[in-house]
Amino acid sequence: MSNATMTRRPSQFTKNKLPKWSIWAVLAGALILGAAVSALLGFSPITMAIFAAVFFVVGGTGVSAAVEGGRKARDRLATYLVYGAFIVAVLPLISVIWTVLERGMPGLTYNFLFRSMNGLTGAIDNQTVIDGTPVLGGAYHAILGTLQITLWATIISVPVGLLAAIYLVEYSTGGPLSRAITFFVDVMTGIPSIVAGLFAAALFGLIFGPGTRTGFVAAAALSVLMIPVVVRATEEMLKIVPNELREASFALGVRKWRTITKVVIPTAISGIASGVTLAIARVIGETAPILVTAGFARGINLDVFSGWMSTLPTYIYYQIITPTSPTSTDPSTQRAWAAALILIILVMLLNLVARLIARMFAPKTSR
Amino acid sequence: MSKRIDVKDLNVYYSKFLAVEDVNVTIEARSVTAFIGPSGCGKSTFLRTLNRMHEVIPGARVEGEVLLDGDDLYDDGVDPVHVRSQIGMVFQRPNPFPTMSIRDNVLAGVKLNSKRISKSDADALVEKSLRGANLWNEVKDRLARPGSGLSGGQQQRLCIARAIAVSPEVILMDEPCSALDPISTLAIEDLINELKNDYTVAIVTHNMQQAARVSDKTAFFNIAATGKPGKLIEFGPTTDIFNNPKEKSTEDYVSGRFG
Repeated sequence: MSNATMTRRPSQFTKNKLPKWSIWAVLAGALILGAAVSALLGFSPITMAIFAAVFFVVGGTGVSAAVEGGRKARDRLATYLVYGAFIVAVLPLISVIWTVLERGMPGLTYNFLFRSMNGLTGAIDNQTVIDGTPVLGGAYHAILGTLQITLWATIISVPVGLLAAIYLVEYSTGGPLSRAITFFVDVMTGIPSIVAGLFAAALFGLIFGPGTRTGFVAAAALSVLMIPVVVRATEEMLKIVPNELREASFALGVRKWRTITKVVIPTAISGIASGVTLAIARVIGETAPILVTAGFARGINLDVFSGWMSTLPTYIYYQIITPTSPTSTDPSTQRAWAAALILIILVMLLNLVARLIARMFAPKTSR
Repeated sequence: MSKRIDVKDLNVYYSKFLAVEDVNVTIEARSVTAFIGPSGCGKSTFLRTLNRMHEVIPGARVEGEVLLDGDDLYDDGVDPVHVRSQIGMVFQRPNPFPTMSIRDNVLAGVKLNSKRISKSDADALVEKSLRGANLWNEVKDRLARPGSGLSGGQQQRLCIARAIAVSPEVILMDEPCSALDPISTLAIEDLINELKNDYTVAIVTHNMQQAARVSDKTAFFNIAATGKPGKLIEFGPTTDIFNNPKEKSTEDYVSGRFG
């Protein structure tokens, strides 16, 4: 009877545990110490952050080891290191996005989005700097060029890559042909992009005469880079479609090609769509192959089969390397950052579209 | 709507490896024939040769004859797709198509072959097939929902509905209850008893009670040792196989004294 009213003794399994606030105390201490050591070397926020991080990891682990014991301390050390690695990985990304947003936003005007560089001379740039008026000239032609060249590269690469992957997964029996395809796809994944550009330039130079530079040549160069990515992604997706589904379809008296088009590909379509998007994102920022295949244009060119063309990466490159006005480069620099921002927005939009496609086609679980 | 199968001197190979040797069996129309035997003795492999699903595996081939009402399935120029549309199959694990609704799963055999079917005919076929698989009452209010949302036993009955929707002559079942609980198993066994009124049924099972409950005839396969080909040891009416077997190894197996 008296046992029930007695307060329970602490469980034999409990050990000393640091209170919740202790981690904040250690953090505050580490920050103060870090600031002090950093001040000794001539204060800067970066050295302070580094010292504070080191003190925090050492201090937090040490306090834990003293109070909680070795196993807990090792657990905390590993946790701190994992979080540290995460921060180190994310910081550059945030920094890039922040910088591009900060410098690109001022240049993102209606004028920039819907005007080309046609007829814009260094004198005009000089005048805007003197007058303090908004920067003229835009990247409309480069946006159109990027969209057209990427679209054509996709039109070439997706059927080729998809069919190659279907052959590899569904039809080949591990013979020499499939091994050759796999090998060359692997090799092509590692081709430097400038080599792909030179290849396309040389190929079209042979067929249509030297110096053939059009948007389509650039699209061909990009598709050389894109095809292996599409093949790899599609292959992986087709491989994870369970064999049972193929057999179920065969057992219903469905032909192989219908099984592939109506059962296998619909089951894998969401993965294939995101693989294609990744491939597009991989080539949309290419600069070198565009320079040697499509040249550089200052005006709008809507025909991928004739005339030089600009894309956003080559536009950025030329704005930085050869500013329109050599004496006042600020307008060109602003245009370059704005173009970089648009490029990032394009890639993000592509990712969103791929997610939407993936969600639309994804195997239905429950509604 | 059902045909008999005669198997004559059938040898089944995986590349050079002889998996099943010299099988002679007659599967009567409108009856249930069970294949029993220890794991790896080739009963599933043998079953898959009956609708030419065996050759889907690279390197797999067959020697001998399989006659469906006298027509050899392995004759030159026979289209395996045509064979499979007459001899349906239900697999060990339920495998409804994940991208399709319950209704589309039942209609898969029609739709995947792009045959035209009017909506009223399709509705009638869906209801008839689902009723045939004893699933209609459970799913009639949610035909548009995905098939993967059903329970395992319901999914397996959906697969049976899918198989009978193409009105085959023969239905092959490869351990259809091995992934199911006893209640779902009972539902499938009742279904098999009804199916034999219209179809020829061949079933592979590990469960000897199941073979005794559902089948009219039973074939016992055995394997001498690993790496040796599987063989048909004894074939006869189910009551004889279980109560009065001729072979010693059959008696050992059905009485649980072996393996």
